[in-house]
Amino acid sequence: MTAIKISDVHKHFGSNRVLRGINLEVVNGESMVIIGGSGTGKSVLLKCILGLVKPDRGTITVDGAPPSGEHRDRFLAKFGMLFQGGALFDSLLVWQNVAFRLLRGKNRRKSEEAKEIAVEKLRRVGLGADVADRYPAELSGGMQKRVGLARAIAADPEIIFFDEPTTGLDPIMAGVINELIREIVVELGATAVTITHDMTSVRAIADRVAMIHDGVIRWSGPADAMESSGNRFLDEFMSGRAGTSGAE
Amino acid sequence: MRTGPRMHPIRSIQGLFAAVGRSTLAFFRAIGSVTVFAAIALSHVFRPPIYMRELGQQIIVIGFFSLPVVGLTALFTGGALALQIYAGGARFNAESVVPTIVAIGMVRELGPVIGGLMVAGRVAASIAAEIGTMRVTEQIDALETLSTNPLKYLVVPRVVAGLITMPFLTLVGDTIGIMGGFLVGTQRLGFNASAYIRNTWDFLEAGDITSSLIKAAVFGLIITIMGCYHGYRSDHGARGVGRATTNAVVAASVLIFAANYLLTESLFPA
Repeated sequence: MTAIKISDVHKHFGSNRVLRGINLEVVNGESMVIIGGSGTGKSVLLKCILGLVKPDRGTITVDGAPPSGEHRDRFLAKFGMLFQGGALFDSLLVWQNVAFRLLRGKNRRKSEEAKEIAVEKLRRVGLGADVADRYPAELSGGMQKRVGLARAIAADPEIIFFDEPTTGLDPIMAGVINELIREIVVELGATAVTITHDMTSVRAIADRVAMIHDGVIRWSGPADAMESSGNRFLDEFMSGRAGTSGAE
Repeated sequence: MRTGPRMHPIRSIQGLFAAVGRSTLAFFRAIGSVTVFAAIALSHVFRPPIYMRELGQQIIVIGFFSLPVVGLTALFTGGALALQIYAGGARFNAESVVPTIVAIGMVRELGPVIGGLMVAGRVAASIAAEIGTMRVTEQIDALETLSTNPLKYLVVPRVVAGLITMPFLTLVGDTIGIMGGFLVGTQRLGFNASAYIRNTWDFLEAGDITSSLIKAAVFGLIITIMGCYHGYRSDHGARGVGRATTNAVVAASVLIFAANYLLTESLFPA
């Protein structure tokens, strides 16, 4: 069953046409990885799905519902998101960051209960309980990513977005994060959409891959069909060559 | 010697008008944008959820932590005002009006305006920098994905805190300013302490204090709205946050002066 359906989505900023007619479907429970060079519109596409950016044209539905409208809270409750830079709230303790959604809204929990869940989620991403009472600024980049991951899964979402999950991390930490993402997605049975330009992440995380270039999807298919795709955009991206497609 | 191609005079006049037109349009666009932002933010004040914890924190940050700076500036302003009035009054044998003019000047005008400007420098800058940094580091996007309206969570508590705390800060500033005048008047200018206090008390009216509080509440609104607006619309990394901070302080300061004139016109018509 289709979880996310994107049909003919266009978006421009000034004279820069970022998305030029994106069509993509993500099936329930699969891990879709969207790859492409810097500035090709991957992050904008994620923000369009979440309703943070309004497309100029086209439709996006998640389980048949549009991202904006009267049931926006219910819509957003389905999602967890790991942001590229972590996007942790500096003024809150680590556990308050992780339990942010649990401390507010209709399904609000008591502070002690929310903290317990936060500590459990931190443990799940390999962080000890001692981290819970620190501020994000006191943590390393890798630890901040893990906290971001713990926050993304804190409310057991149906769909998780990962925006460049390994950017800025050393190869070992990147491997750890990739492994965690794979384990957690399988464990929760969630639908995952990851955007990255790190091919190691793609191979570790993806069930299916979509290649975005110049604002359109140039190729999509199973992860194990990438090598034999015969698609010049994908081949150039995977080999790191700047060829006729002009990939950045 | 040739200095390059000369522009046709009609073209240069057209260019001048175009530049003036562009600036005028940008100015009105900015006013419209701020007005819409303020209206949306204020419309959220009475709609749940209300984040009481954040409101409490902002009352402390905006109100309590501004007390030293407001108190000190008021103290020195009151003292300087006493010296000026004494020196000016001596020209026509009116030195005795020092207590009255210090009290009226501080309460009606200098207390709220100087306090407002000091809080604008401290609070509008810090709000713009904090919210601007949250914007460029995607923390505002993160709030939204966590089903939290950033306007409600970030803007409303700051605006309400500004509205509540500025009148209190101004009341404290007015009192300390009058005290500054009293200290200079009694220790330096030779006024009798009890006569000074009696004069201050007798000539100060309830309307003076009310006008001070009304001005302060409006300034609190201006300061926090400007800080939030410029921070919220910040972009382009560290440079964007820096520009947002500067714009917030400049806009808040200018608007405080403009609002002060308009409020004085309506509260004390000539």
